[in-house]
Amino acid sequence: MAKFSKKRGKANPTISTASLPDIIFMLLFFFMVVTQLRDAELKVKVTTPYATELTKLEEKSLVNYLYIGRPVQRYQGVYGTKPRLQLGDKFSEVNEITLFLERHKLKVPESRHGQITSSLRVDGDVTMGIVQDVKTQLRKSGQLKVNYSARKDPKRKGSGVEGE
Amino acid sequence: MAKTRARDRMSTEINASSMADIAFLLLIFFLVTTTIVEDKGITVKLPPWSEEEPDITKLKTRNVFSVLVNAQDQLLVRGEIMPIEQLREKAKIFIANPYNDETMAEKPTKAIISLKNDRGTSYEAYLQVYNELKAAYNELWNELSQRKYGVPYSEDMKFAWKKAIRDEIPFVLSEAEPTAFGEE
Repeated sequence: MAKFSKKRGKANPTISTASLPDIIFMLLFFFMVVTQLRDAELKVKVTTPYATELTKLEEKSLVNYLYIGRPVQRYQGVYGTKPRLQLGDKFSEVNEITLFLERHKLKVPESRHGQITSSLRVDGDVTMGIVQDVKTQLRKSGQLKVNYSARKDPKRKGSGVEGE
Repeated sequence: MAKTRARDRMSTEINASSMADIAFLLLIFFLVTTTIVEDKGITVKLPPWSEEEPDITKLKTRNVFSVLVNAQDQLLVRGEIMPIEQLREKAKIFIANPYNDETMAEKPTKAIISLKNDRGTSYEAYLQVYNELKAAYNELWNELSQRKYGVPYSEDMKFAWKKAIRDEIPFVLSEAEPTAFGEE
């Protein structure tokens, strides 16, 4: 008996928190790595449609984003309600795409220029007119790899093939 | 002398007890700003631009699967109105032509899907149609892959296998310049 009580008496009842910062830092680094700060404020409403045959966009640095949708309420006074194109963080005309693509290319090493993908984030309610114009401009600019951004459809069954 | 003694007594270690708080603060900041965006979509390869008029090559009608989408998002497939739900099955039958139907593709390598929409077609409808056509091909590739190699078709399968499948059933989808009846 004496042995037990002696041992218990000596033990420090507080839990050491010395490793707490380490744990927190680990979590912190995890979130810092997975975080993708939205570089552009969306000025157009974009609700991408559902689809099933989806491909994941692999490298973020090789992707440039083109948004098409109706201006959000705040900008409707100035820009109206017709669908517009947004490049970076401002409303743009279709013919500005070429310059936008060139600007993005500067940030990518030349050997990987062929792998650049344009992600078209288009609102489902937009009509094909403006999308077609954008597509034509992309073709004229030589940017042929395009990804139509879409969400996984929870209801419809796809082919089950993860695309290229 | 008293001064130095006081200094000696001071701990030379930096107090690290607030480190956790700082880390927490940063952690919460990143937790809040994080948006794990799922960047997914349908990848397509656009045809290169050319100023010249495309030379019209006469194709046999049996090899062409024409899909028209009008400004009301209705489908006309080979001259017949069709709901979107049937498109995938019809496209598959057309490409594979399992019963050697006279009106369908001679063989998968000759099948051409021609898609034409209006400028007034909604993007959602367009993407759905595209999705169904892609799904038709994906399912055919999958079936062929199962039959030939016993594995499901996927992008990371052996390159030679993939190429063999893609050579047998190539994905040919030609998009015509859209009509402009329903532009808003």
